[in-house]
Amino acid sequence: MRREPPQTLGDYAPLLFPAAMLTIFFVVPFGTMIAVSFFQRQQGGFYTPAFVFDNYARFLSAFFGGVLGFSLMLAIIVAICCVVLALPFTYMLTRMARKVQVVWLVALLSILSLSEVIIGFAWSTLFSRTAGITNILVALGIMAEAKALTPSFGAVLTGMVYQAFPYTVLVLFPALVRLDPTLTEAARTLGASPLKAFFTVVVPALRNTITATLIMVFIFALGSYLLPQLLGRPQHWTLSVLITDQAIYQSNMPFAAAMAVFLVLVTLGLVALTVIAGRKGEAA
Amino acid sequence: MTSIFRKAYFFVIGLFLSLPLIVVAGVSVNQKQTLAFPPQGFSLSWYGEIFFNPEWRNALFASVTLAVLSAALAVAIALPLSWFLWRRIAPWANIFQLLGVAPFTLPPVITALGMLTFWATVGFYGQPWTAVVSHAIFFVTLPLVTLSLGFTSIDRSLVEAASTMGADERTIFRTVVLPLILPYIVSGYAFAFVLSLNEYIVAYMTVGFTVETLPIKIFNALRYGYTPTMASVTVLFVTTAAVIFGLVARFGDLPKLLGAMSSDGK
Repeated sequence: MRREPPQTLGDYAPLLFPAAMLTIFFVVPFGTMIAVSFFQRQQGGFYTPAFVFDNYARFLSAFFGGVLGFSLMLAIIVAICCVVLALPFTYMLTRMARKVQVVWLVALLSILSLSEVIIGFAWSTLFSRTAGITNILVALGIMAEAKALTPSFGAVLTGMVYQAFPYTVLVLFPALVRLDPTLTEAARTLGASPLKAFFTVVVPALRNTITATLIMVFIFALGSYLLPQLLGRPQHWTLSVLITDQAIYQSNMPFAAAMAVFLVLVTLGLVALTVIAGRKGEAA
Repeated sequence: MTSIFRKAYFFVIGLFLSLPLIVVAGVSVNQKQTLAFPPQGFSLSWYGEIFFNPEWRNALFASVTLAVLSAALAVAIALPLSWFLWRRIAPWANIFQLLGVAPFTLPPVITALGMLTFWATVGFYGQPWTAVVSHAIFFVTLPLVTLSLGFTSIDRSLVEAASTMGADERTIFRTVVLPLILPYIVSGYAFAFVLSLNEYIVAYMTVGFTVETLPIKIFNALRYGYTPTMASVTVLFVTTAAVIFGLVARFGDLPKLLGAMSSDGK
């Protein structure tokens, strides 16, 4: 049975349920959010239909600029750390025995699926004074007394790299599996050390993949909403945290929606960039 | 790369990934209600707490119910859609594939806020079933991707043979397509199930004030009083995820599944 265009109305029947669900429960909510972002906020957490730009005008404040700048910087640092750590890891992983690969993949998937709440809790425990890593250092005689390492910027960064690392590996994995092994073999035959072969052959061959991965991890990190709250101080809050805070605790839905719309635009712009980077990769 | 370097690198990464979990596992067996590490005394009572303390048990029940139902709904949306896209030539229908992948690509807070404004507007805000629908839409990407991959791996000549032998569409689907696609249905369901179990922000924004799922319960416990039960729940969750993904790997081709997942996601 070959693929054929739908002939009768009945052929469209299977599409009915998925199309209805996705339209009603994704397109409509998304539209509602955009609409609310133009609504007028009332005292006491309510809002009335209107068409005002007040919520967007608030972006122009120094506070918002600061949060936006911090969010972008944090996501960039996380993306760079993850790719730098994950690239050699994934490269070596793809060259291991299949059984070993599967074990690592299962472990990475398990960590990737972990709730941000759980990751935040685990790292705050590890960085705490009573149960933390500093106790081990004290026991080894490196440190004089145990101390808390959280809240701090380093704690937020560590937590977010931990969260994004498995994602980075899984994004890099297919490209590295498909990488032609004869490339490195040729380099090795010609006398390059394994390290030199990695940096002069593997890395340049994957330039577009690396760019695309950086952007994808950047978007992933931009979505982190609990780790900055659990491991950092208020000055470490990101746009995602601010949106949650405005929506739930400040009851300012129109402003939260406006920020969310803005975040969507930033993300979509970056996705477009990824697609362009991917196209170039295919052409090359 | 040299093998010593490789071993050292994998050891360091392995340590980085497992250290928080080791500490949490240690904390979970403390005898008293303290988050000490190394643990003081040994007790498994904090694991019992998940099942015997009514608050934690209710949260566990809420989380599992939500995950079972929303993963099923996600598969129910993804299966007909991916079957249609495989069976028919209808390029415009790809827009629904795109809509299915979108919630997962965008930062989660956006889907969460969209759902919150939507349910508040239509007046169902806080109803437990709204979380099921919200999670199903949020995670529909996973069965959609595994199923699209599954359909492309079906040899069309098998279907053609069945058709030549006189089988109608329904019979072909039941006797040829379904058995071939079943492993992908199961893995898509498994991915959606595990992620729904762990999801916080969408559940919090839709039913956070009426239903307490386990991640919400842990978050509240983080704010209003630490207890080693949080640690035992964490261990339970990591183990559950590892067992489920281990089974997917055991009965399916995990590297292939992941290899195609990302190329589809791009």
